Amino acid sequence: MTTVSMIVNGNPVSGDVEGRTLLVQFLRENLGLTGTHVGCDTSQCGACVVHVNGESVKSCSVPAVACEGSRITTIEGMANPDGSLGAIQQAFQDNHGLQCGFCTPGMVMSAADLLQKNANPTETEIRDWLEGNLCRCTGYHNIVRSIQAAAAAMNGRARAAG
Amino acid sequence: MSKDQGIGASSKRREDIRFLTGKGQYTDDMNRPGQTHAFILRSAVAHGIIDSIDVSAAGAAPGVVRVFTATDMEGLGGVPCGWQITDKNGQPMKEPKHPILAEGRVRHVGDPIAVVVAETLNQARDAAELIDVNITELPAQVDMTSAISSDTAVHEEAPDNICFDWDFVAENREAVDEAIAGAHHVTTLKLVNNRLVANPMEPRCAIGEYNAATGEHTLYTTSQNPHVIRLLMGAFVLSIPEHKLRVVAPDVGGGFGSKIYHYAEEAFVTWASKQIGRPIKWTSDRSEAFVSDAQGRDHVTKVELALDRDGKFLALRCSTLANMGAYLSTFAPCIPTWLHGTLLAGNYTTPLIFTNVKAVFTNTVPVDAYRGAGRPEATFQLERTIDKAAREMGICPIELRRRNFIQPDQYPYATPVAVEYDSGNYAATMDKAVEMADIAGFPVRKAESAARGKLRGLGVAGYIEACGIAPSTLVGALGARAGLYEAATVRVNPTGSVSVFTGSHSHGQGHETTFAQVVADRLGCDESNIEIVHGDTAKIPFGMGTYGSRSLAVGGSAIVKSVGKIVAKARKIAAHLMEASDADVEFADGEFSVPGTNKKVTWGDVALAAYVPHNFPHETLEPGLEETSFYDPANFTYPAGAYVCEVEVDPETGAVAVLNFTAADDFGNVVNPMIVEGQVHGGLAQGIGQALLEGCVYDADGQLVSASFMDYAMPRADDLPGFSVDHSSVTPCTHNPLGAKGCGEAGAIGSPPALVNAVVDALEERGVTHIDMPLTPRRVWEAMNAQ
Repeated sequence: MTTVSMIVNGNPVSGDVEGRTLLVQFLRENLGLTGTHVGCDTSQCGACVVHVNGESVKSCSVPAVACEGSRITTIEGMANPDGSLGAIQQAFQDNHGLQCGFCTPGMVMSAADLLQKNANPTETEIRDWLEGNLCRCTGYHNIVRSIQAAAAAMNGRARAAG
Repeated sequence: MSKDQGIGASSKRREDIRFLTGKGQYTDDMNRPGQTHAFILRSAVAHGIIDSIDVSAAGAAPGVVRVFTATDMEGLGGVPCGWQITDKNGQPMKEPKHPILAEGRVRHVGDPIAVVVAETLNQARDAAELIDVNITELPAQVDMTSAISSDTAVHEEAPDNICFDWDFVAENREAVDEAIAGAHHVTTLKLVNNRLVANPMEPRCAIGEYNAATGEHTLYTTSQNPHVIRLLMGAFVLSIPEHKLRVVAPDVGGGFGSKIYHYAEEAFVTWASKQIGRPIKWTSDRSEAFVSDAQGRDHVTKVELALDRDGKFLALRCSTLANMGAYLSTFAPCIPTWLHGTLLAGNYTTPLIFTNVKAVFTNTVPVDAYRGAGRPEATFQLERTIDKAAREMGICPIELRRRNFIQPDQYPYATPVAVEYDSGNYAATMDKAVEMADIAGFPVRKAESAARGKLRGLGVAGYIEACGIAPSTLVGALGARAGLYEAATVRVNPTGSVSVFTGSHSHGQGHETTFAQVVADRLGCDESNIEIVHGDTAKIPFGMGTYGSRSLAVGGSAIVKSVGKIVAKARKIAAHLMEASDADVEFADGEFSVPGTNKKVTWGDVALAAYVPHNFPHETLEPGLEETSFYDPANFTYPAGAYVCEVEVDPETGAVAVLNFTAADDFGNVVNPMIVEGQVHGGLAQGIGQALLEGCVYDADGQLVSASFMDYAMPRADDLPGFSVDHSSVTPCTHNPLGAKGCGEAGAIGSPPALVNAVVDALEERGVTHIDMPLTPRRVWEAMNAQ
């Protein structure tokens, strides 16, 4: 067992893990943050996407010990400080971008990384970016619309602030 | 009530808040005090005799609580099948036992052999590697055609590997043969409906827990129908009466059919948790899901369609081999029979239809319903063959369909395959699809593609499905071992809020929102005052669950029925409060009044009085405001529509790009258009996935080669176009109170033939008349270059 420490959703946490413990297992089993999901065992589905130091990462493909000292954001850390839905989450609800909800945390985390890298993605860019996130319910149609709406809302907010 | 609520409003989904904030509660998110973990050792070979299993080293490994094999489970029943087919000779289907753990023989890769229960999953997994299993391999039966002539039987009970040999409609056979023999034109097509894996994003999970103080078992499981699991597992496998068995299905992360069935793992954790006195959790990983979740489709069919000189359909004759896999899953036998043969009339007036279906045991994972279940197979046969006939006869495929549509004045329409359509208007959905897809502009687009060296094609398909399964009397006569009604309790609480307990169970369909809309509409109250409770046999009176696009048509109707009883009782209470006669009380917009007077009482007044009945005339008016109903549908519902697909084929590589997909559906009345459109999108993606990408591949030894997301091509965002969908053509269902038909499966049923028709259209000039799904670049390229 190794003790690992990191900052998760702004809170310092630590725990004892085996060398083979994956980040997703540490989040779910040690910290009880079950919003991050496991949908496959080959790093294909993207249900486990979180942010590690601001970048989207499949948390099933990283050992927890490799995240020592890292800053992690999960779906539980995406709401506004007052608890209301963040812009991307709100866009997913408004545009019916989720059905069973299982892939949704990974989709939201992946979308958030896309929008911080590309504030105005085209539909093609969104579809290409989501290549690593599988959804079996929505046919992606409304996920794409949600991300477009989130981009518009966030850009509008940025303009209003600027 | 605001206009953005109730029936017809695109109310935002209330369940989204928990899913979007990571607070969803899926089975694997739960952990019970003292919980242990199970790891299942599964067969690595497809067929063999187990000579020995030595678990001694595993039992002594660190953290191991106990190791179980079949010898520990003597006396328990097998996993039951819920539907019996009677074959053409009047004999019941062959129904071999499906043991919880393999009893002396393994019959498919993934067949469970032993289970290690340990303190942690890693310990259980590590210990399983120490189990020594010796298996003498037998020849694997993989291909259906060779299986039915093989000397090696998957089960002793079925020496020819045939589970049943079924004729439908047997009395039509001679007339069909005669019509085909004498027809002006006969189109023949041999086709494969490729085997698929449902792959809901949430893998299956089961937690068993036993309370020694009360003698109660609880199973937490990823199920579309917890009451059905309680019935099957309690009565047939473990002999636990209902009052000592609770089944909870919390949030379920998709199912598409694959979570209907009772699985061995559920029975194992429920039973074994009592043996060890601690809860046991089992969670499938994805690779395990590929070899243990029931798979879908897998039909090989020959179709013959007879037409007269004008293109009128005279007769249809089909013969199908349907793969059952190694054991009969819960609904498996009804899929290629009653959910398939009865849909062979499609949208058309074909007067004579006959099909023969041979269900075949093979050394592959069991096959059962997957989104559409039998109806996609029927639709694919029909719509591909019609398209081929149109090309052979030089008639426009759309025109040929129109010439044979059942007309709006022909309802109710009794088909020659035992069902009666209640309503429909197939020309209306076709008109809508033609307009939306801008078929008139296709030649220009085709020329533009050609200028870029690409082959553009356009394909059309109609479909009909039978949803809202199903009238209990009918399905009982057809072999179902259960009724297929739905139950609902509506409870008005003392302060006026409403709790609705439904036997339908959402696994992504948004029931908490849609059902609240229905109740709000009928009661005239705000949706936010209504709570929908589902997924727990301890809370819900009874239920048959969610599949076959039945939740609104059957489950919603049960709710409406209970709401009707609530209003009737509330009217009596209101009459008492207003000192009026029941007959004089009017109920509208959530208020009771006596017209012509100033007497009125609100919903809240009535609710409170129901529970504070200080001056009730108790001989005529009981306290309380709660009603339960069971709704048994009078018929199936028959959603239908027309789909158009436009593709571009790269002649250099055979790659197919889906450019546009248009779906014009008639779902009857719609409660939440936003959710309905989402259901169509998802169905289309799965249908396009089947046609273009997905396919289960077993090698000759029965190894599933496509057993991970690296090998099984799930549709990804960049494989699909945006969809153009419409549900404005409405012919309400005539026999349920909502007029609703169901929308969950349509997309997956209508899209595969539309897509394949489009690719064949694109390649017509290259002499291609058919390509089997999935239309991978290699298959398309080979078809193009074989001529």
